[in-house]
Amino acid sequence: MRKNGFARHALIETLHTVQSSFGYLDDDAIKFVAQTLRVPLSQAYGVVTFYHYFSLKPPGKHTVTICAGTACYIKGADKLIEAAEKHLGVAQGQTTSDGQITLMTARCVGACSRAPVVLCDGEVAGEMASEQMIEQLERWAVE
Amino acid sequence: MTLEELEQIAQSVKQESAKYDYELNVCMDLACMSQGADKLKDALVKAVEASGKTVMVRKTGCMGPCSSGPLVRVDPQETLYHHVNFGHAEAIVNNLGGDPVPSLQCDLNDHFESQVRVVLENAGHIDPEKIDDYISRDGYKALLMALTEMTPNGIIHRITESGLRGRGGGGYPTGLKWGTVAKATGDMKYVVCNGDEGDPGAFMDRSVMEGDPHRVIEGMALAAYAVGASKGFIYVRAEYPIAVARLTSGLRDARRRGLLGNNICNTPFSFDIEIRLGAGAFVCGEETALLASIEGKRGTPKPRPPYPAVSGLWGKPTLINNVETYANIAPIVRNGGKWFASMGSERSKGTKVFALTGKITNTGLVEVPMGIKLREIIERIGGGVPDGHKFKAVQTGGPSGGCIPAELLDLGVSYDGLMKVGSIMGSGGMIVMDDTSCMVNVARFFIEFCMTESCGKCVPCRAGTAQMFTLLSRICDGKATMDDLDLLIELCGTVKEASLCGLGQTAPNPVLSTIQYFKNEYIEHIVNKRCPAGVCKIQAPVEVLA
Repeated sequence: MRKNGFARHALIETLHTVQSSFGYLDDDAIKFVAQTLRVPLSQAYGVVTFYHYFSLKPPGKHTVTICAGTACYIKGADKLIEAAEKHLGVAQGQTTSDGQITLMTARCVGACSRAPVVLCDGEVAGEMASEQMIEQLERWAVE
Repeated sequence: MTLEELEQIAQSVKQESAKYDYELNVCMDLACMSQGADKLKDALVKAVEASGKTVMVRKTGCMGPCSSGPLVRVDPQETLYHHVNFGHAEAIVNNLGGDPVPSLQCDLNDHFESQVRVVLENAGHIDPEKIDDYISRDGYKALLMALTEMTPNGIIHRITESGLRGRGGGGYPTGLKWGTVAKATGDMKYVVCNGDEGDPGAFMDRSVMEGDPHRVIEGMALAAYAVGASKGFIYVRAEYPIAVARLTSGLRDARRRGLLGNNICNTPFSFDIEIRLGAGAFVCGEETALLASIEGKRGTPKPRPPYPAVSGLWGKPTLINNVETYANIAPIVRNGGKWFASMGSERSKGTKVFALTGKITNTGLVEVPMGIKLREIIERIGGGVPDGHKFKAVQTGGPSGGCIPAELLDLGVSYDGLMKVGSIMGSGGMIVMDDTSCMVNVARFFIEFCMTESCGKCVPCRAGTAQMFTLLSRICDGKATMDDLDLLIELCGTVKEASLCGLGQTAPNPVLSTIQYFKNEYIEHIVNKRCPAGVCKIQAPVEVLA
């Protein structure tokens, strides 16, 4: 916050910083940010829920993000999502009950030339096949 | 900093590189990085040390043909190696000075021959994190020329003369926009760069920001001088961490060299830039929504007018352009408007970068002169559809664009030409589909995207896209009637006419263009309950035996 001079308009920047430190935004964090920047709590909460990038739930130990952009869709990202949902037994945006793996989808990560793309804990892996992804998920499940 | 000092820096970079017999340029763009380009670079450095040859190993931005990555180019011979991994490092270094390694050599003459590089001229030649590399290729020369020899009006005149139009999609004449902001009165003006490349399937802005960040910074500084602004913002998607890092280091280096900040190069002109992160909202590509987001608010659009040129950030006159537009500015100021206007077609000047993806052999970034035929891009540069499949359609303009069928492939690429066939230029995504894609399903995909990305401020877009999605889902599931199709077309008209911002106004385009060119596929789904491409899972109707 100090980096941005406690400016009110740096709300989104500040929330980014909090999320990258804690992995998600809980009520306390949002209240603290709103108070310090002198922004109404309603506005802070509104911003957090408006943007897809912010998460109100703690993520699992590992996160697999499947890109659902157009190029990935044309190359079969829907099959990857289906396979992951079936394998993990959770829907997109949810975490397995043991807290190991979170399944997310993204709106294009900009690596379209390597579609379909899957982000494994933020690492871009291109031209992904279902079997390859499931292997990774199985490795994570026991880590 | 003066022009002479700039020239000195350029000379010293050239002298430095003359010390080396060879240069190994390694593409370190996201696509090549995901295939191990960083390991490859380390291996090359080690191999060079072991061999004792004088070789410079340099990381560069995107070279273009991402499907052949990781890429390494050997200069001055300009030998391009493809599909290189760290195991090949020794062979490459050992063969320097002799014949190229045959198994790695890549023959993409067709791919490169019809391309013209203006925006991407430095990509693949400079280290994006070294400002001196940029200066050695005429970087910041335009800014210094402008500050010392040109008036703000002179620059605007040059941009107008070039015929440059906004590269973000709308195609608004850039010179005209600059003129409006310059004429607006106010003590404070802002310059904003739209790097919120929300269009899924497009990545040219990311590559420009990652591969040549100083070009964007210089373009913005020139714009600020021309319109009289003193503060700039670059709005980048948070999904592009490498672009953010390279822009941040670029801004820091430019400040150190005195090319940003107070009294730039001892002139009265002061200008600085801040980076703002997006947070995953497609609607923030719309200019008024983007401004709201910079102010730290929810990214919802406002009705226009007033246009941002008159009342933008915090109510001040604001100039907004796209990354690629700014990337075109420095060469235009340097080489003159006529030079730029000599490329392209009658009403669309210059070149355009496209992100070629989907079912095509050479995926990656291409830069072509406006007016080039779609067929040339897809069959020659792109290498056609792989695996013996048949080309079906090419989608341009993302969720706001349309699908162009094979019959129209001889169309020249221009703002007006694409608009005429029901698509738009958009930011430059070009997604090729073959006979395994179902056009109804594609339309549903885009509407689903617009439905989830609708900010919910105006009813036609919020409710309309949801209803369109329901109708399209019924068609995909084989439960629709012909009345549903008529209703869908009518609804498209309503959403198009009544929505507040560009997102809603253009959301029906993918549906309308697929109905226009692929109506038989819709009818197959509705009447015969089958999906010709075999994508939609339609429950086979129970055969009634007579």
